[in-house]
Amino acid sequence: MKRLVIKNGRVIDPSGGLDGLYDLYIYEGKVASLRPSGGSLEADEDWDVLDAKKMLVLPGLIDIHTHLRDPGYEYKETIATGTMAAAAGGFTSIVCMANTNPVNDNGSVTRYILNRASEVGKVNVFPVGAATRGLNGEMISEMGELRDSGCVAVSDDGMPIIDGGLMRKVLEYSSVFDMPVISHCEDPCIVSDGVMNEGSTSTRLGLKGIPRAAEEAMVARDIVLAELTRGRLHIAHISTRGSVELVRTAKDKGLSITTEVTPHHCTLTDDSVVGYNTNAKMNPPLRDEDDIEAILQGLKDKTIDCIATDHAPHSSIEKDLEFDRAANGVVGLETALSLTLRLVDRGFLGLSEAIERVTVGPATVLGLEKGTLKVGADADITIVDKDREWIVDSNLFFSKGRNTPFEGWSMKGKVVKTIVKGKVVYSEE
Amino acid sequence: MPVQVWRYFFAMKKKTILDEKGIERTLSRIAHEIIERNKGSENLVILGIPTRGVNLARKLEGKVADIEGVHVPVGSVDATLYRDDIALKEDQPTLKRMDIPIPVDGKNIVLVDDVLFTGRTIRAAMNALMDFGRPRLIQLAVLIDRGHRELPIKADYIGKSIPTSLKEDVKVSLKETDGVSEVVVIPAGEDN
Amino acid sequence: MRLKSKDLISTEDLSRDEIELLISTAESFKEISERDIKKVPTLRGRTIINLFYESSTRTRTSFEIAAKRMSADAINISTSSSSVVKGETLRDTAKNLEAMNPDCLVVRHSSSGTPNILAKYLRCSVINAGDGAHEHPSQALLDLFTVREAKGRIEGLKVAIVGDITNSRVARSNIHALGKMGAEVRVVGPPTMIPMDIDSMGCSVFHDLKDAIVDVDVIIMLRIQMERQKAPSFPSVREYSALYGLDGKKLEKAPKDVVILHPGPINRGVEITPEVADGPCSLILDQVKNGIAMRMAIFYLLIGGAREEG
Repeated sequence: MKRLVIKNGRVIDPSGGLDGLYDLYIYEGKVASLRPSGGSLEADEDWDVLDAKKMLVLPGLIDIHTHLRDPGYEYKETIATGTMAAAAGGFTSIVCMANTNPVNDNGSVTRYILNRASEVGKVNVFPVGAATRGLNGEMISEMGELRDSGCVAVSDDGMPIIDGGLMRKVLEYSSVFDMPVISHCEDPCIVSDGVMNEGSTSTRLGLKGIPRAAEEAMVARDIVLAELTRGRLHIAHISTRGSVELVRTAKDKGLSITTEVTPHHCTLTDDSVVGYNTNAKMNPPLRDEDDIEAILQGLKDKTIDCIATDHAPHSSIEKDLEFDRAANGVVGLETALSLTLRLVDRGFLGLSEAIERVTVGPATVLGLEKGTLKVGADADITIVDKDREWIVDSNLFFSKGRNTPFEGWSMKGKVVKTIVKGKVVYSEE
Repeated sequence: MPVQVWRYFFAMKKKTILDEKGIERTLSRIAHEIIERNKGSENLVILGIPTRGVNLARKLEGKVADIEGVHVPVGSVDATLYRDDIALKEDQPTLKRMDIPIPVDGKNIVLVDDVLFTGRTIRAAMNALMDFGRPRLIQLAVLIDRGHRELPIKADYIGKSIPTSLKEDVKVSLKETDGVSEVVVIPAGEDN
Repeated sequence: MRLKSKDLISTEDLSRDEIELLISTAESFKEISERDIKKVPTLRGRTIINLFYESSTRTRTSFEIAAKRMSADAINISTSSSSVVKGETLRDTAKNLEAMNPDCLVVRHSSSGTPNILAKYLRCSVINAGDGAHEHPSQALLDLFTVREAKGRIEGLKVAIVGDITNSRVARSNIHALGKMGAEVRVVGPPTMIPMDIDSMGCSVFHDLKDAIVDVDVIIMLRIQMERQKAPSFPSVREYSALYGLDGKKLEKAPKDVVILHPGPINRGVEITPEVADGPCSLILDQVKNGIAMRMAIFYLLIGGAREEG
């Protein structure tokens, strides 16, 4: 397929403020041109035609927070299954975290991931390197080598950096390589042995609570450290009203801070834990309605820059357990788009705004040249049937992980085709 | 019993066997028989099987006292936990209290129930009683014996024997529990 | 009448009528333990597995005696949750137990919610004998039975529960059960031992023991469990005892006819002094006695009748 034209679709490209019916021409893996629908085809028979009538044609979705588990935990997910799940969920680029085994704290692991992704991967993979060696929170990693090998950011995601002095050094040192530091903000001392949000539900269930303060204390610390170091800080998966307010204040001061929220933290409260549902167990934990309200407000006013899945596949060995022994995390790649469109349906975001938060928004956070349909850009495209209804059945996931809190949910909006660099990598049916 | 009579029973739906006076007369006769058979009221303990057997036991005790001038111990034996059909019931029967006023060892026990039918309740009550000690003997007094025994059990004192069909129920009502005293035969499943 | 659920996981799930039924049934069972032949044939041929992932002599023995007095076969499996085989999921555990075809599983576990999860997987009845800091329903039910025996009622009583509420399953089960029966519950302890938003469960919070007991009918003292504290919630046993231990002097503040309960085993001299534990207000031994009757009642109501097919 040398040349492809996607005809009659509603093209929404927030990066260029575009929203209308266009025919999108793709040539040699790049966006060649965009013309209003209804015109005649260019007089060349080599064009393959894809009719996208009544469909949304979007820049390929970008997830800047995925756990691919490969190398080391291939029973949970592999680069092949994880990128297939991404493609099925409409994502054309994903950013994978460093907590593999071995940890991605050196060039050889980074190169393994990139090589594997080019061999079996369906979508673009951008690795995140460890911020500290072995994620041990003791010594900064070799960020120069990580950057040169292809890492786009550094993070100890999953293992908050407890030592504030070390976090300062991470922010300082990473700035040399222009790599953002993605911080998982949860003070483990305050978390203690907490396993869910602290509140009336944790009290009733007799589960140890994690107060909002555990997250907010570290968000506050990292913000002042970012101010001190002029470092580039990205706060991962914020979950509380207090965090949103801290970030808003920091942004108002002009600090170079960005943040993300997961679809599940926009949607679910800690009520989902009732019945000791381990598929509602994650770090940070699900909070309550008031936090959701603040998060949605933050997402609307761009205090929160983007939506990221924190896709964290686990096997039944980690999830079919006692609640306090079960692993943290939920899968998200295959439900994220529908949950984002749900925010539109419920009136919290405009359609174009919502698309922005999963395309050019996350691309900007990490400086990726993605998330746009401008002429000359990589032809990463997601075609979506916005009104298609479907029921979440984890058995049908491409991901190896079945750990979704949305099992049985009725969703609206389904990916019809995912195209990476002009090539169809996922096609429904 | 001739077919015509059965037809009559069903046509009436309800056939009175004993009225209040009838019950009183029957109980008086049984009280006399108990005293006669046991040569007095010494060593006697009267235990009813809940619910109506307990009321009948009290009435009998009163009549014995009227005749003999002394009160004998009266109480109840709940056979629920000893029933052989308990594991077959969807709804567990509500437990009644055991009320055995004195040690039963060496006593002449008169068990009292309203209707003797399959004999299974009496079997269960006797097993329960045995767990409390070793009575000298156990006798059985019933107001109605309706036949259809499934175990080799026979009453020592019978108010009235009524041949019945399995399509019928015998219903004993007593003033204390039901507001009216009577014994009636009704088609099965009409009540309860 | 029977219970709605095949399981007894929490008092939160019980209705007032069900609690009444359990108490009145326990009253009938109490007499059996006083006979020479302390056995009824009711549960002959039924198998009850006591699966204890946490050491507990008292509760396990109470369930075992209850089962045996009902003629059921009781099998004890004691194991520690730390020795659970890695790689075996809770579903595996459940399926293995199911294969033994028990009628009832009595489970004690250090993780809150484990009985809920097991009950979902198992067709047999599951009785929660204490899970983490969640619930211990049979304890609360025997407490209510004991209180009603002593006071003649539960409705309208004022009850103080004193101790480490955060880590107490006994407290949670009692708060729900007493609340449903119309008692007024207050929890007493330092803020480090009171969980967030406990008032949402319908009780009030006191930090001063003397203030809390001045007008109560019942005091439930909780055992201080040092081993459940990752970071201790109080500076020393000495100070805890001085502030929240029930001694003769503090007891003088309470009404004369107050009754005192303790789920046991008691730490003499820590949360309760010997003079109080052995004194006239104490119902601690009645609780033990009533515990057997209540557990017989629970067995009777859960597995005494026909097994549902399917």
